[in-house]
Formats: sequence, C-alpha cells, structure tokens
Amino acid sequence: MSVLLRAQGISRAFGGVQALNECNLEVEKNSITGLIGPNGSGKTTLFNVMTGYVTPDAGTVSFEGVDITNHRPDAVFARGIGRTFQLTRIFARISVLENMLIATQHEESWLRGLTRSKSTTSEVNTAMEWLNFVGIARLADLPAGALSYGQRKLLELAYVLVADPDVVLLDEPAGGVNLTLINEIAEKIRTLHKDGKTFLIVEHNMEFVMSLCDSVTVMHQGKNLVSGSPADVRHNPLVLDAYLGGGDDEAPDSGSLHG
Amino acid sequence: MIRSKQLWWTLALAAFAIFPLVVTNPSDTTIAFFALLYMACATSWNMFSGYSGYIALGSGVFYGSGAYTMALISVHAHMAPGAAMFWLVPLGGVVATLIAIPVGWAALRVRRHTFVVITIAVFFVFQNMAINFGFTGGTAGLALPFITWDSSYYNIPFYYVALAVVIFATVLSVSVRRSRFGLQLLAIRDDEDRALGLGVKVGAVKRTGFAMSAFTIGMCGALYAMFVGQIYPQFVFDPMFDISIALMAFLGGLGTLTGPLLGALLLEAGQQYLTVTYSNGSLYLILFGALFLVVIMFMPQGVVVYFRDRVTKRADRERAVLAENEAALDLEKAH
Repeated sequence: MSVLLRAQGISRAFGGVQALNECNLEVEKNSITGLIGPNGSGKTTLFNVMTGYVTPDAGTVSFEGVDITNHRPDAVFARGIGRTFQLTRIFARISVLENMLIATQHEESWLRGLTRSKSTTSEVNTAMEWLNFVGIARLADLPAGALSYGQRKLLELAYVLVADPDVVLLDEPAGGVNLTLINEIAEKIRTLHKDGKTFLIVEHNMEFVMSLCDSVTVMHQGKNLVSGSPADVRHNPLVLDAYLGGGDDEAPDSGSLHG
Repeated sequence: MIRSKQLWWTLALAAFAIFPLVVTNPSDTTIAFFALLYMACATSWNMFSGYSGYIALGSGVFYGSGAYTMALISVHAHMAPGAAMFWLVPLGGVVATLIAIPVGWAALRVRRHTFVVITIAVFFVFQNMAINFGFTGGTAGLALPFITWDSSYYNIPFYYVALAVVIFATVLSVSVRRSRFGLQLLAIRDDEDRALGLGVKVGAVKRTGFAMSAFTIGMCGALYAMFVGQIYPQFVFDPMFDISIALMAFLGGLGTLTGPLLGALLLEAGQQYLTVTYSNGSLYLILFGALFLVVIMFMPQGVVVYFRDRVTKRADRERAVLAENEAALDLEKAH
C-alpha cells in the first residue's frame, strides 16, 4: 500500500491558540482512515489545512507525492480531494439536482462555463445516479433548503462523490443523525470503499469509527498521538489518557483512573 | 405550462411593441421610455447582484460613465445631431464594462456588507470626479448635439432602442441563468466557501458577472444622455439610481427573471406618473419607502415569487414530496 495523502509537520496557530503543533498524518491508498481525538484537538483544523481552507504556519501537505500546500480549495478539489463539513453546507435556494451539478465538470475553465448549458444529459444522469445511491433521488427538484438535516448530510456526501474524487474527507458524517441513518451512511462508505475510494473520517462516534476504519490516528493538543489498527488504538494507554486524563503535564498517578 | 409561459412573453412583447403607436401623447411615451430604461438596468443589476447575492449599490458609476461616453464623444467628434448618435449607445456599454473590471477587482475582494459599502464609496468617488474634472464640464455639465426632431416623433426612436436594450438585457439574463456560469453565481450566493471547495473559481466568476452587468447599465446611461440632451454630474451619477434599481429588483423578486422587469415597470412608471400629476418630485420617495417596508415584511422574496408560490401551492407540494420520501425510506428499513 502506498500513501495517498500525507500531512507532515503541520503547525497552525490562531492568535495564542496552537491548534496544530507539528502534526503528521498519513492516509494509505484505498483505506478508511479514522481521525479521532478530544474536542479541540485540531482535527477540523487539520482538515481545513489539507483542503486549502486554512494555510499552515509550517509543514507540507502532499497528495500522490505532489506538494499541494497552500493550494486553494478549488485547486485541491480539482486534484481529487473531496470533503464534507461538520455542519453540513448545502446550497439552500437552488434545487437538489442543481446542487449536484455545481461539483461536476470542476476541471473545465471558468470561461467555458459562460457558454455552456448548466448541465448535459449525461451529467444529469450521473447526478441522479448518485442521488439514487444515497436515497434522495425523488427529492431532486426540491430546493435543498427544504431537506431535513439527515437528508442534507446525504446530499453533501452525494455532491462530493459526483465529481469522483480519489479521497473523501468526511467531517463527522454520523454527527447529529439518527441510528438508522448512521448505519446507512456506514454501509454507503463500505460500498464505495470496495469500489476503490479512499476515506479519511473525523468522528466522535467510536462504534462507527472502530467498525469502519482500517487504521485510526488519535490527535491530542494539535499533535498526532498514536496511529494503528482500531484494536491497538482502543487499548493504548496514551489514548485513554488523552480522552480521560487531563493531558501530558498531569501527575503520573492520574493513570490509576483507567488502570 | 411552458407553452403558456411563451404565450405570455409574446403577448407582453407585442404590447410593448405597439404601445407608442396606440398611446401617442409625448408625456406618456416619455414615462414609457424611462420605464424601459429602468427595466433594462434592474434586469442587468439583478443578473449579478440578484444571482450572486452581492448587493451592489454603486451601479450609478456605470450609468454615469455611459452617459459621459455619449456626451463626450458626440461633442468632441462634432457629430451631427440625429439617429447616428444611437451607435454610441453600445460604446457606452463598453466603457462601463472597462470601468467595471478594476472596480470589481477591488470591491469583490470583500463580502456582504463591506462589499456594499465599498460600492457606495466608489460611486461617490466617480460622482466627485465628474464634478471636479475639467473635461466633464464640472457642475455645469455637458450639452450634447441638439436633436431637432418634432415633439410628436422625438420619443419614438428612443422608445424602440430602449425596448431593444431591454430585450438584450433579458436574453442575456436568461442565458446566464441557464449556463453553468449562472449556476455558479447562485452557488456563490448560497455558500461561497462551499462552492470554492467544489471547484468553482469564485473570484473569476464574480468579477465576470460584475463586469457583464455593467454593460447594459452603461448603454442605458448613454441612451439617457442622448435623450435629455444635457447632462449634469449629480443627475447621471445619482445615488437614487443605485437604490432605485436595487429596490425594483427586491420588489419584483431578487434573483428571478420577471421580478426586476415588473418591479421596474411599476416603480418607474409610478414615480414618473406621481411626479407629473402632483408636480411633487419627492412624493414618490415616501410612498416607495412604505411600499418597500410592506414587501420586505410580508413578501421578502418579492411580489413575483410570493404570488407564484401561492398559485402553484409550492409549499404543500414540497411537503408532500418530503413526506413521501420519508415513508419510502421507512419502508425500506422495514424490509
């Protein structure tokens, strides 16, 4: 297996807060990699750095061996890295189908957009296939703002997938959705993974992460703490310390909390 | 539905085409001419601001630039007064677009309220330049070659050229709405950062839309200058113009096609009528203010969207589809 997406020595401060502190992350090709850690450990910031929304103070991001640090989000997306947001972000006042069409043809020059129609038949068909895949095809003509929170999550997943990215970064795909839908989303991810897609998933739902991921990286205070298989990570004392303990500077006897 | 839509457009166009033949009173055709001018401007403004959500309140820059283009060239080229001057109308659009490129480049670096403020600031910079530069004639303005057409005939050519500009603006707006570029503008309105993350080159798209919308407004400014024959900086660079075309689009329906057309037709004709009938130049401001409040409070999406949704019972239909989908999903679970 080769590394598809790599973040090396990423640091980023917001004012006095060191959100990321020489953080490293590797996503193997055709893996489902989980990224977990307590609130404020820098997971979303790392996502933002890797997708071009935040420029790092130090460190590099590379994709398929090519340096993409400081690339803008549209360029990152065009390279084949798609992402979703923790709080879903859809285009509320255009139809569900039009939402899907935004992401297609992302490589073409913007000038071409002036003269071409907003969709071709094949683009609409592809978009409908993906809507069908996530189960909201019959909502295609509704304004996306009419969708429920869960349906928005599905739409966001679908419109990232329609552009056929090599790797998909999911920021809390199971956050705030009901159990049935969580299982459904996990099932979709497994199907896509079988077809060769790579995933990087930030998630607080441990059951979701542990059952889905091949490899898990734990972050703590802006650093990658541990990486390994779900089973290894689950029993790693450092991880338990990060979640339950107060941090690195705590007195050693706090270890007795989780014997 | 499509057929009846086409029928309505054809009927409306026919009505506009025969209007000056039926109503021949020059004071009425003057009102009609100004209504058309504002219909074109509001449609063009809406094509950028309505679609992208970037509310520009400095479009007077382009109107004024178009007007000065017409005035300066016709004066300095010693053009014979007459129909040949109409050829300068598109040139007014070109100059306005050339000005819009650097203005857009600067103003579109910021968003929302800051953008609005920047456009207003740029507007006043231009107004002051027109007042203070020598070549613009300062506050005395510029007198264009005097067209000596008979008063019963004078308005008619202007009316039809204005109608052609309205058709141009409408067709352009429709093509933009149907293009991928238009879809990208709508995506920018709803969530610019998300659009960027889906590969939309938001900077280029915004700047292009901004420059495109300046073209028609510049043409209207040129046509206005030719029509009135004498321009003053405070009338062609008029802050009320900026607010009016935005208000017209809001009233009719921001981001819709018919909204700005209808809004401009009602408001501009209403304003001209009130001003002429009551010879009170500011009565309309009070009425429009009240009207604007009512629209924003009770139909914030505009008159067109409000009534269309009533007629098509859109909300009910959407609820039905959503409920049906939920039911279908539950059924899948059960199996």
